[in-house]
Amino acid sequence: MSSLIAWIDERFPLTSTLKQHLSEYYAPKNFNFWYFFGSLALFVLVIQIITGIFLVMHYKPDAALAFASVEYIMRDVPWGWLIRYLHSTGASAFFIVVYLHMFRGLLYGSYRKPRELIWIFGSLIFLCLMAEAFFGYLLPWGQMSYWGAQVIVNLFSAIPVIGPDLSLWIRGDYVISDTTLNRFFAFHVIAIPLVLLGLVVAHLVALHEVGSNNPDGVEIKKHKDAQTGIPLDGIPFHPYYTVKDIVGIVVFLAVFTTIVFFAPEFGGYFIEYNNFLPADPLRTPEHIAPLWYFTPFYSILRAVTYPLFGLDAKFWGVMAMGAAVVIITFLPWLDRSPVKSIRYRGLIYKIFLAVFVIAFFVLGYLGVLPPTPGRTLVAQICSVIYFAFFLLMPFYSKIDRCQPEPERVTG
Amino acid sequence: MSDEVKVDCTRRRLLMATATAGGAATIMTMVPFVKSMSPSERALAAGAPVEVDISNLGPGEMKTIEWRGKPVWIINRTPEMLATLPKLKEKLADPLSERKQDELTPEYARNEHRSIKEKYLVTIGICSHLGCSPTEKFVPGAEGGVAVDWPGGFVCPCHGSYFDLAGRVYKGMPAPDNLEVPPHKYLSDTRLIIGVDSEKV
Repeated sequence: MSSLIAWIDERFPLTSTLKQHLSEYYAPKNFNFWYFFGSLALFVLVIQIITGIFLVMHYKPDAALAFASVEYIMRDVPWGWLIRYLHSTGASAFFIVVYLHMFRGLLYGSYRKPRELIWIFGSLIFLCLMAEAFFGYLLPWGQMSYWGAQVIVNLFSAIPVIGPDLSLWIRGDYVISDTTLNRFFAFHVIAIPLVLLGLVVAHLVALHEVGSNNPDGVEIKKHKDAQTGIPLDGIPFHPYYTVKDIVGIVVFLAVFTTIVFFAPEFGGYFIEYNNFLPADPLRTPEHIAPLWYFTPFYSILRAVTYPLFGLDAKFWGVMAMGAAVVIITFLPWLDRSPVKSIRYRGLIYKIFLAVFVIAFFVLGYLGVLPPTPGRTLVAQICSVIYFAFFLLMPFYSKIDRCQPEPERVTG
Repeated sequence: MSDEVKVDCTRRRLLMATATAGGAATIMTMVPFVKSMSPSERALAAGAPVEVDISNLGPGEMKTIEWRGKPVWIINRTPEMLATLPKLKEKLADPLSERKQDELTPEYARNEHRSIKEKYLVTIGICSHLGCSPTEKFVPGAEGGVAVDWPGGFVCPCHGSYFDLAGRVYKGMPAPDNLEVPPHKYLSDTRLIIGVDSEKV
């Protein structure tokens, strides 16, 4: 065995790679609950890829056959229902895990220098994930698939001059049609997953280059053992964190499989009821809303109701929604606080973060409801809070009264 | 190898020219791929006109037919419905259909009722906001469930835009424009063709 490994090591950096990323990757010893979600995101990605491969074996990307082929998977393919429910629940689980993973970054300043690139790769992963979810949602060819795609593709037509031709080019037809379904299938199963995997690798390589942040937001590399050069507050990722993460996966799977087996539609939030009706290009369902993970951004889109500079509200709504996603990327340069972790931040940041989280939830909630003038006003207020959190950060993070950071990690 | 390697300028120029040519060729190779995503010949040809028989469309009724994959509504408006149209002028964004006339309103529909024959409205049921199909809400007043002073019309389920019974959009709505009136023509009193323009009036 050892001679085999030696044989490989002469030709391929097997042992050194494993050491670099697992057994000799030193992570801070004080990781807490919030540090489960990175490895969980990777785990859900694996679930999605495996279940996806098996779904493609039975699915037909054809407007005339797609809906029926999904029903065929659900009824006739042995265990097809399980594979599909794992995939559809996995999509929602992916977003839950990723949102929590991003929130962890906000709590402990994980995006701050020297981890800006990790954060940028992460933001791109989030963007890819949204694209992947959007393209995938057309495939069952239900009513929500169809009209959701119709609305989102039409968002591009709001761009002045090139907009209408751009949305025509994306659809490949004058309406969402078989052509659109085919190309969305190509994006969903090949193009975006490839980009996503590449970005995940880049995210991890960048992380392992600079080392993980921790709940205290202090650099463990500042205090190394004089002889070995190992950070005093670091422990090898394997076995310490691999074991910890397995516990996280077990707990996650307990919750995840409960949903898969007992509530895969999750009250219409994970699979919308209208999607059990085949797509009808002549009739929009009475109430259409995107899936829950898009609703905060969808609310921001709807909240913009004023035309500006001669361009109509539709264009500015699209811009606001795009900006709401993109602005997350700029966090490393918006935050001017002397400390990273919320543990040592002052009251101002804590209040801003709390209000931001509430606004995000309210926007998400409003996004699933039909609009009324009152709700639109609330959405407008919450949209302002959303952007204020980011745009005012250079000021309030600077004047905030922080506590001194400890030299070494605590607890 | 000495440190003072003389740069061979001819070779350097050749290298740059080769790289530029290669880069240009790579970019040009993208063209067929990008173009392949445009509507195909088959999609372009699919816009054939559609004939409709409206003899059985009673007063106050609506019929939806498919033309170019889009819903086209034909509504037989009652006198009461038509009477609501002039009263709405103040509330509408474009009551006289003056915006984007070439795209939205053919010459023969540039009037208050936006139709050739006063009672029959022919319009594409696709909201000018993001392309949902609005829902008909013909019952006026509070019973209709829209608003107390609702005169009847259409409400878009996606973002709540209001349209009147001539497909004209209300002011301050997410939708910027009126509903599109497709090219259409009466073959007889009860037969209509969608996709063919009427002769100039």
